[in-house]
Amino acid sequence: MNVAKVLDAKGLSCPMPVVKAKKAMDELTSGQVLEVQTTDKGAKSDLPAWAQASGHKVIDIKEENGILTFWIEKG
Amino acid sequence: MSQQKKKTTIILFSGDYDKAMAAYIIANGAAAYDHDVTIFHTFWGLNALRKDAHAPVQKGFLEKMFAKMMPRGADRMGLSRMNFAGIGPKLIKHVIKKHNAMPLPQLIDMAKEQGMKLVACQMTVDLLGLKPEELIDGIEFAGVAAYLADASEGNVNLFI
Repeated sequence: MNVAKVLDAKGLSCPMPVVKAKKAMDELTSGQVLEVQTTDKGAKSDLPAWAQASGHKVIDIKEENGILTFWIEKG
Repeated sequence: MSQQKKKTTIILFSGDYDKAMAAYIIANGAAAYDHDVTIFHTFWGLNALRKDAHAPVQKGFLEKMFAKMMPRGADRMGLSRMNFAGIGPKLIKHVIKKHNAMPLPQLIDMAKEQGMKLVACQMTVDLLGLKPEELIDGIEFAGVAAYLADASEGNVNLFI
């Protein structure tokens, strides 16, 4: 997987992971992949919901040592 | 995306720190959803838009009384529950810091940064004796018709 940008949102609470993801995504072009790392438990529902509503695609989610990592392809 | 952007409008009537925080969290989330967001501040919600510094303005007696009794700026607002004469807000700010959440003044800055439309209701601004100089920069003044114009196209409309 070609990750174009990595966003470290660890330690941030709602609504910041989504706000930062949106900002990071604005800098990418269609088809590029954004990796988001977060420790916010709510992001598990929040980021996929945001991605779907914004026309992006969640390719993969991984949970390890309390860190959630998302790979989201820009639509 | 070329289609028309979705819209979120929030009426912030409350001057409570916690309720304003909820409003601004939803607003910032909506902006991340690429919505056009309008927050229409009326009555006690206007206090969120007050500058924390004293602004030299000419006022009548009643207006001065109102100005004194209302919190000057978002950071001075009380809680809707467990305010405990001002100890509650201190506690909640401590907890906000501990959980790395964003305090209200930063949420308002973030809202401006995300290009949100922050509106002060002109009628209640006059009613409470507030002057434009006492309110933060970059806001608009409008009335019910302007709100309804936004809200009638709104996908999410909230009253807090």
